[in-house]
Amino acid sequence: MDSLSSTNPPDKKQDNSIIKRLENFFSELYRIHLFVTRFFREAFVPPYEFKEIIRQCFEVGVKSFTLISVTGFIIGLIFTKQSRPSLAAFGANSWLPSLVSIAIMRALAPLVTALIASGKVGSSIGAELGSMRVTEQIDAMEVSGTKPFKFLVCTRVLATTLTIPILACYTAFISLMGGFLNIYQNEGTSYTSFMQQVFQPLNFVDIIQSLVKAIVFGFTIGIVGCYQGYYSTKGTEGVGKAANGAVVTAMFLVFIEEVIIVQITGFIRQF
Amino acid sequence: MEKVKANIDLKSEVIKIRGLAKSFEDYAVLRGINLDLYQGENLVVLGRSGSGKSVLIKLISGMLKPDKGSIEVLGYQLANIKEKELQELRTRLGFSFQNSALYDSMTVRQNLEFPLVRNRKGISRKEIDLAVTTVLEAVGLLQTINQMPSELSGGQRKRIGIARTLILNPEVMLYDEPTAGLDPITCIEINDLINEVQQRYHTSSIIITHDLTCAKSTGDRIAMLLDGQFQRTGTFDEVFETNDDRVKPFFDYNFIK
Repeated sequence: MDSLSSTNPPDKKQDNSIIKRLENFFSELYRIHLFVTRFFREAFVPPYEFKEIIRQCFEVGVKSFTLISVTGFIIGLIFTKQSRPSLAAFGANSWLPSLVSIAIMRALAPLVTALIASGKVGSSIGAELGSMRVTEQIDAMEVSGTKPFKFLVCTRVLATTLTIPILACYTAFISLMGGFLNIYQNEGTSYTSFMQQVFQPLNFVDIIQSLVKAIVFGFTIGIVGCYQGYYSTKGTEGVGKAANGAVVTAMFLVFIEEVIIVQITGFIRQF
Repeated sequence: MEKVKANIDLKSEVIKIRGLAKSFEDYAVLRGINLDLYQGENLVVLGRSGSGKSVLIKLISGMLKPDKGSIEVLGYQLANIKEKELQELRTRLGFSFQNSALYDSMTVRQNLEFPLVRNRKGISRKEIDLAVTTVLEAVGLLQTINQMPSELSGGQRKRIGIARTLILNPEVMLYDEPTAGLDPITCIEINDLINEVQQRYHTSSIIITHDLTCAKSTGDRIAMLLDGQFQRTGTFDEVFETNDDRVKPFFDYNFIK
């Protein structure tokens, strides 16, 4: 009967005493731990829901594509424009493509992608699963002998984990194009020369670091959205809270993870 | 449609409940109830809103854990059932939800195929199509096969919900408020469908309702749930031949005496 307790929404009692709040915080942490463990236990065991994973990848990609294109391009353009005066003061305008490249590839591309996906994808996962919980659709899957966790949670988490790195690569490219447009207008640098300077300062660690970040961010967005939705409390208010909780928690965790990964990479770079 | 006399096997219990108790925080919903559901029988559980009727079938389907007592369903003791056994058991149970619980993002066809393809390994496309059309014909809604749940009426959603449970050929059906929120004509149609399912699929059923018309036309036996216990059990007439102040108003209101 282990599965029974884990599929029912946890009781969220209202109690304001510090001890109770601490107790609630730690029990929430424990539930999250169980949720993540369950994901790893179920995601890589057959039968696999390939069709649903592909559908979810498509959903994640399509939902964020336009926003990422516009935001990425503008960020590249503005960043280049704002950085120029500082470099110009030292007569180092020619370093602009390298600066833009390092900023975008190391930090901005995965971070911007994750923040946009938190808003678009995380909230949508939270709301969708929350409304499924409220309208008993998850219970209906459970009592029909199927595994809703595998079908709803594993597929979505895998989809965000796989798709967000691809979107981050796209963001990097589109941001560089924004930067190139600005540099071309002002310095007249050719595309080939720009690209040579873009890749010159980058090394293997930079690329791996960005990819790892995007994978971790993607996993976080998926798992947080699913957790908030899957265990949303009854009622329409619960759906709203699930969507909101998914965005806020995912964004917060993305920043924390960014700091941790940068610190670890900094440590690795010393060797 | 007049209810055909059911072929009930009183020697064979498909559900056996003893001393079942369930509380939520400090509120005791069920206080040690006993219940037997016999093979081929339609048992109606009547009671007021909040009396624990839905909790009872959620306990039977393993969605909730009891505080005390034992539940035996189709030979499985739920108290110490393993996850795999519970999943097996659930394929033999049909659960029709109060609000139908159709999967919003799927068409009617996909809703019906969902439990089938996941529980019948190696089933061919031809067999899936046959099973889907058979159950849709049984509920009289073949024309809705490619529609989305949002395009269906309340009565149609209820029927599709029942069809989705029938696709696995369940031995026991659990209906949670099957006529709630429907107009009187559609209620009669749903009642007829419940009887038809009993005849055609040879199911034993527990029907949770507070609609006496539904209880009278579908139930072979009625159990009245009051104050967390079954206070009266028997045929419809036996249950309501009483001066019990807790039972009488229920009957008077429903039949507008």
